[in-house]
Amino acid sequence: MKLSVWTYEGPPHVGAMRVATAMRDVHYLLHAPQGDTYADLLFTMIERRNARPPVTYTTFQARDLGTDTADLFKEAATAAYERFQPQAMLVGASCTAELIQDDPGGLAKTLGLPIPVVPLELPSYQKKEHWGAAETFFQLVRTFAARVERTPAARPRCNILGPVALGFRHRDDLIEITRLLETIGVDVNVTAPLGASPADLTRLGDADFNVVLYPEIAGVTAAWLEKAFGQPSVKTVPIGTGATRDFIAEICALTGLDPAAALAASHQHQPWWSRSVDSNYLTGKRVFIFGDGTHVVCAARVAAEEMGFEVVGLGCYNREFAREVRAAAERHGCEALITDDYLEVEQRITELQPELILGTQMERHIAKRQNIACAVISAPAHVQDFPARYSPQMGFEGANVLFDTWVHPLVMGLEEHLLAMFRDDFEFNDTAGPSHLGQAGGGRPAHSPEPELAADSLGFAPAEPAADSRVAAGLSWTPEAEKELIKIPFFVRGKARRNTEVYARQSGVSRIEIETIYDARSHFAR
Amino acid sequence: MTVLDLTPRTAIQPAARRTVLRERGQREVFCGLTGIVWLHRKIQDAFFLVVGSRTCAHLIQSAAGVMVFAEPRFATAIMEERDLAGMADANEELDRVVSELLARRPDIRVLFLVGSCPSEVIKLDLSRAAQRLSGRYGPNLRVVNYSGSGIETTFTQGEDACLAALLDEVPVDPSTEASLVVVGTLPDIVEDQFQRLFDAMGLPRVAFFPPRRSTQMPAIGPNTRFLLAQPFLGETTQKLEGRGAQRLAALFPFGANGTTAWLRAAAEAFGVDMARFEAVIAPARDRARRSLERHRGKLAGKSIFFFPDSQLEPSLARFVAEELDMRVLEVGTPYLNRTLVGCETDRLSADVVLSEGQDVDRQLDRCRAARPDLTVCGLGLANPLEAEGLATKWSIELVFSPIHGFDQAGDLAGLFARPITRHDLLRV
Ligand code: SF4
Ligand code: SF4
Repeated sequence: MKLSVWTYEGPPHVGAMRVATAMRDVHYLLHAPQGDTYADLLFTMIERRNARPPVTYTTFQARDLGTDTADLFKEAATAAYERFQPQAMLVGASCTAELIQDDPGGLAKTLGLPIPVVPLELPSYQKKEHWGAAETFFQLVRTFAARVERTPAARPRCNILGPVALGFRHRDDLIEITRLLETIGVDVNVTAPLGASPADLTRLGDADFNVVLYPEIAGVTAAWLEKAFGQPSVKTVPIGTGATRDFIAEICALTGLDPAAALAASHQHQPWWSRSVDSNYLTGKRVFIFGDGTHVVCAARVAAEEMGFEVVGLGCYNREFAREVRAAAERHGCEALITDDYLEVEQRITELQPELILGTQMERHIAKRQNIACAVISAPAHVQDFPARYSPQMGFEGANVLFDTWVHPLVMGLEEHLLAMFRDDFEFNDTAGPSHLGQAGGGRPAHSPEPELAADSLGFAPAEPAADSRVAAGLSWTPEAEKELIKIPFFVRGKARRNTEVYARQSGVSRIEIETIYDARSHFAR
Repeated sequence: MTVLDLTPRTAIQPAARRTVLRERGQREVFCGLTGIVWLHRKIQDAFFLVVGSRTCAHLIQSAAGVMVFAEPRFATAIMEERDLAGMADANEELDRVVSELLARRPDIRVLFLVGSCPSEVIKLDLSRAAQRLSGRYGPNLRVVNYSGSGIETTFTQGEDACLAALLDEVPVDPSTEASLVVVGTLPDIVEDQFQRLFDAMGLPRVAFFPPRRSTQMPAIGPNTRFLLAQPFLGETTQKLEGRGAQRLAALFPFGANGTTAWLRAAAEAFGVDMARFEAVIAPARDRARRSLERHRGKLAGKSIFFFPDSQLEPSLARFVAEELDMRVLEVGTPYLNRTLVGCETDRLSADVVLSEGQDVDRQLDRCRAARPDLTVCGLGLANPLEAEGLATKWSIELVFSPIHGFDQAGDLAGLFARPITRHDLLRV
């Protein structure tokens, strides 16, 4: 058993739902109790999908156990087929049904449905959401992709693999990369899972190579296609200007096309935005990066090479990518954190006190509590990270988006000087926060229209004390020291307070004086 | 019906004779684990430990929506492959997780071990575990267990199971004097409003269950009268009655009428003079009526369709029909407890379809055919229906928001009015 507070990944059948929901003409019959239907809201609320996921749940109850859960499954399968008329049906079990061992695949076979049925074996007590998505996609492709007669074409052709429902900016990445491929001179044969039908999957073989946008989801499938059809994979994930250039180079090396036109794209603003003098203040900002392995490795490169930040820590929650993330940490000279324990991540952030966090919705919360700037770069993400506007992470436009969204939460360069200059001015209210950010910036409840305060307006008990108030237990500040602290600009004040307290505890001081603040400052000065 | 029966609603078909549509297909509802989302905020020294799977952890997280706290007072002990191998193992593992938890949270006074579908299917005996752990950590920590599993409980039934289990921790009231206990989780602010009204009526011994802290457990015995604040507390009711406590049957306290009837049941039981009762409630009731007035113009004549969710549906349907003049088409409820909500359904007009259980696809067909002005449904259905041009209200908000009592009546009406106003407003 593992004690878990918040989870980064859902169970593997949620991964399967992400594939099924992304595709067309597929239906997923899930043997599961009623509560598992909560998963629908991930798609309809967080991603704002305007249709229900194509999933039927058998919703068996205790009274059905041992008697007719299998019949229930068969009835549900027949009814779902008749109502939705899909081209193919996925069948599987959630964690509870896995225990009652009804064998959905076998049961479905006995029904003799006139469509292909793809049984999914997703071990709920071992695997998680990304694994489930990868496995589902792989099973679908293995079932449908066939060796096909290549149709003659003037231009090279590829498949784009990986985008799914609930992915972090998958919709926009796909648009950006499809355009980029067009500029390079490559046609897209099939994009999958997003938007593909089972019939489309049968044509996967009719391409020269595969572009793997999200290795977490399509890596296994691409490896299989490479073996089965001899299609090489393009492995560079084009997040950031440098990676996008590498991506172009990799494709051109593969196809013999000329990269010049694609490399000359006129919308590459990020390099200049980063070089312009205003961005000087970004230099050496200490950043902590956490998320899925692929996004983290890419973000670390952008942070270091394209923003001039210092990467002080990075990590991922999906163990499957631990190797890549460890290698990246080594390149950036920091330690990798491979964990799906949210409290460990919070602990690391508290220790590192970065100036910027690039993370998931979880790190956004940690950042908010600790008053650290934060931008979301990876799933899991909440409703506000599914923006209406076009905002890819990939390609040259993606690099522009990264620059804007990472810089936004930081205090603007000029403003930083003003704060220092005017902090003693009584008219200058430095508790106001960066002026270009509305409120405290950031999160909204996933499915409440109100900001986070909504929870307290429920009228229930007041908020629990934040974890860090406990850090201060046994320490007190003299009024003079408190006053001195106020003089420190707000965006480093939290850090100063914490560092001072940490220092005080380490050196056995229980009453913090002005001197203690400055001792701590010199102690932690790097 | 005898001549002496003064019940005024002779024109309306009582629920006993109303045909109820019983559905047994796919249910699109949460399981009882969801109750933890509000229960953990109510009982401030309690911790809820779900013994379940990654799915269970993900459900609570998704239903809670907001992660205000780094370490909320709930968590999941996620079972893994090796826990399923043998029973002895699972129990040892559970003990280890609990000790890890208590080391982090020494402030906890009540620990709920919450059963889930997986823990029930593998027959992990949480009541024995609770006994064992109570023995080890008592008396400062009480360990209580209940099931929030989806195979046993639907959404709000989780609170019912929790409160029923918690009753075992409640002392017997030795007093010969009658006391009143309000049963069902209410936001503190609403409790305080009711408390003030009961005080003004002169009721001497009033308590709320569940309490805000486990140390403030009310005593309950044969002289206890109890009022249900929530209609979904069937099991809790049975257990209270088993102790000799008497339920004061009444409409539920939604809207001006519901709240008046509910309070009156208490006043009558305690022999409060009706003139005094009237004087006490008049100001708040008039406020409620005025605030309802503001919304009635918008809502009168509008049709409304309830998908099953919280078991609040019959009471809310009565409220919107009687106090807002809305036209109720269908009232779905996951479970229809006639004893508790018969008084509510009796007041619905004969053409209202009452459905129990669910077959979500067929219910969606009915809803699409009826094209109601407002559909009350779960989060999984709301946006898809909006996309088809139907205005919706998320039912979960009706559970998470303060809606009981006079001073929330206007807010409750507002929850129904806002989606319709918005529909009229938008030109995109
Ligand atoms: S329905 Fe069962 S398995 Fe699903 S979340 Fe609820 S308790 Fe867990
Ligand atoms: S406040 Fe809500 S929406 Fe924002 S990240 Fe948190 S849980 Fe998600």
